[in-house]
Amino acid sequence: MITATQAPEKYLEIFDQLNKRTSAVQPLWLQSLREDAFARFSETGFPTTHDEDWRFTNVGAVASTPFELAGHDAVSREQLEPFGASQFDCCLVFVNGLFSQELSAVPVLPKGLTVGSLAAQLKNDPASVEQHLGQYLNTQRDAFAALNTSLIEDGVYVYVPRGVVVETPIYVLYVTVPGAAPTMNHPRNLIVVHENSQVTVVEDYVSLGEGITFSNAVTELVAGDNANVSHYMIVREGEQAYNFSTLRIQQGRHANVATHSLLLSGALVRNNVHPVLAGEGSECLINGLFMANGRQHMDNYMLVEHASPHCNSRQFYNGILNGQSHGVFHGRIIVHKDAQKTDAKQTNRNLLLSDDAQIDTKPQLEIYADDVKCTHGATIGQFDDNALFYLRSRGLAEAAARHVLLLAFANECLDRMNSPQIREHLEKLVVSGMPEASYSGVRLAEGAERNWEEVG
Amino acid sequence: MSLLEIKNLHASVNGNEILKGIDLTVNPGEVHSIMGPNGSGKSTLAQVLARRESYEVTAGSITFEGKDLLEMKPEDAACEGLFMAFQYPVEIPGISNAYFLRAALNAVLKYRGQDEMDAIDFLPLLKEKMRMLEMDERFLNRPVNEGFSGGEKKRNEIVQMAVLEPKLAVLDETDSGLDIDALKIVAKGVNAMRNKNRAMVLVTHYQRLLDYIVPDFVHVLVNGRIVKSGGPELALELEEKGYSWTEPELAGKR
Repeated sequence: MITATQAPEKYLEIFDQLNKRTSAVQPLWLQSLREDAFARFSETGFPTTHDEDWRFTNVGAVASTPFELAGHDAVSREQLEPFGASQFDCCLVFVNGLFSQELSAVPVLPKGLTVGSLAAQLKNDPASVEQHLGQYLNTQRDAFAALNTSLIEDGVYVYVPRGVVVETPIYVLYVTVPGAAPTMNHPRNLIVVHENSQVTVVEDYVSLGEGITFSNAVTELVAGDNANVSHYMIVREGEQAYNFSTLRIQQGRHANVATHSLLLSGALVRNNVHPVLAGEGSECLINGLFMANGRQHMDNYMLVEHASPHCNSRQFYNGILNGQSHGVFHGRIIVHKDAQKTDAKQTNRNLLLSDDAQIDTKPQLEIYADDVKCTHGATIGQFDDNALFYLRSRGLAEAAARHVLLLAFANECLDRMNSPQIREHLEKLVVSGMPEASYSGVRLAEGAERNWEEVG
Repeated sequence: MSLLEIKNLHASVNGNEILKGIDLTVNPGEVHSIMGPNGSGKSTLAQVLARRESYEVTAGSITFEGKDLLEMKPEDAACEGLFMAFQYPVEIPGISNAYFLRAALNAVLKYRGQDEMDAIDFLPLLKEKMRMLEMDERFLNRPVNEGFSGGEKKRNEIVQMAVLEPKLAVLDETDSGLDIDALKIVAKGVNAMRNKNRAMVLVTHYQRLLDYIVPDFVHVLVNGRIVKSGGPELALELEEKGYSWTEPELAGKR
């Protein structure tokens, strides 16, 4: 049996290997940041389902698999063509977590803007990275974040100086290339957006072929005062891929951040989104759609922290679960003592398309201020028979009517995206990933549809 | 050949017999009104015609243009030219009115072996129909019925009918809950679609609708049976006397 404390031991070897490779190029502060994180990871090990934050997700398979760090792999442009990323003028490609200059295309950018690889930035201007890297992420409470930090090597680096509006979306394609043996990669991304600036960043995680892989990404996103940031996260890795990601957002005064997640495939996907509304009057939209099939497991862990007054957060997550898949939505909202006039809303809606699909949805509100508005609601249901009949009575065949209803359900999320180009790209991915409902037509217990709403 | 032929129709919901032997013939161009008190089976009849599966037909037959309607799925009935305006139109968030209606029209066109319409050709058609029902263009891109008022939903049903151009339209309590202005708009839309080929069945509780859409025939449905049929004057009689006289048992208790 694998216990939590046994698993990390083999990681010591990997950690040492990486140290040998990077000690010459990485600054001392980074080495110590990594060492601290590794000590933390060694102490805690991988979480188990006894941990409340991991109650519905068993990572035993990840803990017990002997992953090796994936190295450089030769990938051609043609191989990447099906992913549709090249339609974006600014497209950076990372292969197994490492930047690929020859596969990337970065157009001429506004002055002062930096878009490139974290490894390069660490070489050219380590001080600019030191200011932010690891400053926001909590490695104490998340073993995966600690593991990522201890193995920092590369990832995307985006720096937007004051008052710059970046019109072109920055599209980042993370390509995992499975090997003969299980491999892992730990992309570490840093996005720093200064006062009054605006930018859109897309992270897209894909696999080139099938095989056992473990991607464990961390993104720290800093939105300065009055900054406006749109962030997209797409996970569409292979059938044997474990994909873990943590998005840590730090918001300044009146900063406006929207993060959209689209989870389409992977054996096990854990999507952590953790915004801290630190500046007064900041706003955050956390929008997501997850579509699981077969035996896929998709876990969405939201932690929204209101740390200042007059902030507004909106969480909308829709799940479509088919086959024997398992979905999780854990929506935690913490309203700190001084965060008066907080307005936090959370909605999780789930469609179960088969009798064996499963969803666990769990709201968790912790409110320490006394003048706040927090609402949450979750629904779990099947196709609405009335809506199906309505569509059929207008001439749509049953299968087409189901398809329209699925699209409608997905559109609720897609409609919150404000870049037409990205929305269209994502809509295509959604439609092509749409399951043929294997719904047996037999309703589960009448009580299968639940609804709750609370005001606290 | 008549358009719709209902013979000795018996139907049950959850084992309770609601329709107890209905006979009705509707010819092209005719407008029939089916009136009756609450619980008489009016809406059940409409739902059976639209092929709602939870309504079980236990005896009798329905033919639509000579074809067995009871063998048709809801979508086949729709494609054959039967339309029902719902008493309670369903809200479908996430799909725009324009997308929904084009998908519906194309399903019908495809069934008939005709060319499907692209968005560029469809939009002017839809706009024209919406103007007829005095619906603002912003409803094009609004999700189907979501957040519509009761009157807007009913007008939206008639817009759908105008786009799909059915041979037989069944209007299930389309007038319920409408204020007089909305009622006039709906009636204008319905009247504009009356022609010698198209028939309509108006299911209503109130005579008021018939002031604006004058039927050729009025049938009174009580306790699952048509107890009286006549011309438009029958509706006025009902308005004056109420429904109790139509049912000897009820009348006897007075």
